[in-house]
Amino acid sequence: MGGPLDAPVLLTSRPPGRARPREVDVVICGGGNAALCAAITARRAGASVVLLERAPQYMRGGNTRHTRDIRIAHAAPNAAATGAYPEDELFADLLRVTGGETNEPLARLTIRESTGLADWMAEQGVRWQKPLTGTLHLSRTNGFFLGGGKQLVNTYYDSALRLGVQVEYDATVRSLELDGRCVTRVVFETGAGEQRLACGAVVVAAGGFEADVDWLREYWGDTASGFMIRGTPYNTGLALKAMYDAGAKPAGDPRGLHCVAVDARAPRFDGGIVTRIDAIPFGIAVNAAARRFYDEGEDLWPKRYAIWGKLIAEQDRQLAYAIFDAKTAGRFIPSAFRPERAGSVAELAVLLGLDPPALVATVAEFNAAVRPDCDVRLGALDGCGTAGLIPPKSNWAQRIDTAPFYGYPLRPGVTFTYLGVEVDAQAHVLAQSGDRFENLFAAGECMAGNILSRGYLAGFGLTIGTVFGRIAGVGAAQYARA
Amino acid sequence: MLELDLTAELDRQLSVCNACRYCEGFCAMFGAAQLRTAIGSNDVAYLANLCHDCRMCFDACMFTPPHAFAVNIPAAMSAARVETYARYAKPAVLRRLLATPRNAALAAVAAGIVVVALAIALWAGVAALWTPQLGAGAFYRVLPYLAMVVPALAVTVFGAACVVLGVRHYARDIGGGVRFVTAPALWTALGEAVTLVYLKGGGAGCYDEGRGSGRRRFYHGLVFWGVLADFAATCSAAVLQDFVHQLPPYPLLSVPVVLGTGGGIALAIGAAGLTLVKRRSDARPAEPRMIALDNAFLGLLEVVALTGLALLAFRSTAAMGSLLAVHLGAVAGLFVTAPYSKFVHFVYRLVALVKNASERTGGSS
Repeated sequence: MGGPLDAPVLLTSRPPGRARPREVDVVICGGGNAALCAAITARRAGASVVLLERAPQYMRGGNTRHTRDIRIAHAAPNAAATGAYPEDELFADLLRVTGGETNEPLARLTIRESTGLADWMAEQGVRWQKPLTGTLHLSRTNGFFLGGGKQLVNTYYDSALRLGVQVEYDATVRSLELDGRCVTRVVFETGAGEQRLACGAVVVAAGGFEADVDWLREYWGDTASGFMIRGTPYNTGLALKAMYDAGAKPAGDPRGLHCVAVDARAPRFDGGIVTRIDAIPFGIAVNAAARRFYDEGEDLWPKRYAIWGKLIAEQDRQLAYAIFDAKTAGRFIPSAFRPERAGSVAELAVLLGLDPPALVATVAEFNAAVRPDCDVRLGALDGCGTAGLIPPKSNWAQRIDTAPFYGYPLRPGVTFTYLGVEVDAQAHVLAQSGDRFENLFAAGECMAGNILSRGYLAGFGLTIGTVFGRIAGVGAAQYARA
Repeated sequence: MLELDLTAELDRQLSVCNACRYCEGFCAMFGAAQLRTAIGSNDVAYLANLCHDCRMCFDACMFTPPHAFAVNIPAAMSAARVETYARYAKPAVLRRLLATPRNAALAAVAAGIVVVALAIALWAGVAALWTPQLGAGAFYRVLPYLAMVVPALAVTVFGAACVVLGVRHYARDIGGGVRFVTAPALWTALGEAVTLVYLKGGGAGCYDEGRGSGRRRFYHGLVFWGVLADFAATCSAAVLQDFVHQLPPYPLLSVPVVLGTGGGIALAIGAAGLTLVKRRSDARPAEPRMIALDNAFLGLLEVVALTGLALLAFRSTAAMGSLLAVHLGAVAGLFVTAPYSKFVHFVYRLVALVKNASERTGGSS
């Protein structure tokens, strides 16, 4: 597989009555979880399917490669998850993280459909494993697939190829040709040049646009230059743009992005989960001027983890530094790179490229504000806060005084963007004018903002992608074959 | 020495793994690595032999080359296992045989055949190599019993002593001064070893010719049980000869011949199957030095199995004398090179499994 589509084959013989010549029933734009679920479902429904994956084969799968679990509601323990996780509880969790901003019918639909996903995924060959260690106690709410997201992607590609889905790698979608509210052709590029594939229906499931730093700059200005992109460099939102050009209605905050603190020494793209830094609550965070800028002990995970990306983005050159000492080293989830390490705070400052007197002064000021008699308990809000310090550290404040001293350089790492297109419950893309496209469907990250408008709910992006991928696949196949 | 580079490289790669942990469900190695914040050379010796080379982690890893993190655990672990075999080989001077496994195997088999053929010629005359021998004691008219048993025992005892010395050294190193061999840990490890549970990839199988394949484990099982059946055949023949006073050759339906034939067929199919699986597998997660060791050892097993089956098939013909020389020569080659070949892998792996079982139950860490 993977050769360019030199001469598109007539994949189905259409019954007479259709005016348009057709090369394939359903074109899937994208190659991650939602795209694969749509491709498999459409093919199972009898449609001929071409899947256009922008990445080369070894990078296939979009940001699904970096996932490892999916959130599923269930009334009783199943192969994927323990206990019970009622639909209402999942909905309440969603309302909590989004502050109530969600399209309730779509959210309810997603949650209802999530109850069948453990079995459906197993039918495609996905294997469930016991929850991993150090995974934040998600065994009740989330199912963990064996081997993580790339293994999931591999399994789905195997399944899709076995079913006869035609997969094109290195295929960049450029535009959608329209006849009224009906997509007639998908225009895409491969090494063989530009091609215009006539089709019966189109599913766009091509992720967000976080890898296009210029696009991010439109909303974030020069701040975007300091962002690291945690996922695939191929998520540049070209298919999303093609939908906007066709008249699709945007959904979600264009400035919205999920962003955490990552190691500044990581590669600019695709560092995945292993570059995230969870050290901040265990010491202090300073900016490039070696000054503290926010309460490091404000709250427990996930809030304390998820807020730091944007806080660092607001700092000079989008840089910050987590500073801690021997007392807390090794107490948090390790990351791919070892921290810088020195015998004194001044030497640590040199290693990190900070002004030594400034960092020494900041640490001394912090140490002087720590209440000496407090019983620090990491893992709970222990109330061990600083006295008279601005900004304060409200919990887990203990002196940074025991060599060796450690530091991580930090940058904001963008996980995903929230901007997408508006869809209805059949995954039909809606037009600016309010009516819907006849045969254009969207699934996954490029419509998840309808439901998860902001915030983060571990594994729920994959839930939305799987549910809407399947809905879109069925809808596209039915339309194309009607 | 390469060892230091390999330790640093695995320390680097495993710090990525320990931050990720997605592969934890495949095998015990990742859980064991997580207990170690920094990887030293003894940790490498332990973890590398805990790895069973199922390669699922390579297939599942989003950080394999050309990604900047360049994670390739199966290849690095295979390289580290080759280092283990060399580092603990006793006497140390013979470890260089591990560097040229194909030549070592060929030379040992050739020498074995020449020596056995010479012994036959000296004892029974050159004509014995092409003269049919029938009835009880037929083999011993070609080569006397003691001439077979004494050298075989000598080589076996020497080889076993060398392996035991090496493995004791290994166990001391990976134990870090803590004894970890307990009865329950040994029992757990034996169960894991015999079932080849870590070639199941947590249920996914191995990544070899395709994804989620059960072939590697199947053929490996054939080799293991084939060797065991052949060993049992030898023991049962000794019982028949020394206690029941029946001299070989034994009838086709006797215990030694049934076990030996079954074992030989299993071994022949298993060794050929494993060789083919390895040849057809994705080469990226493989280590050339380990492949060379695999091919030499599997080739040797294949020759021993096929010559043994040929000896059985043609034992009543004029070819018996020559086939006996070839088969015994091949067996001699296998035994002489055993401590310096892939043969030793199961001993180190078993010790690593014992340590892991002990570690998991809090025996040591």
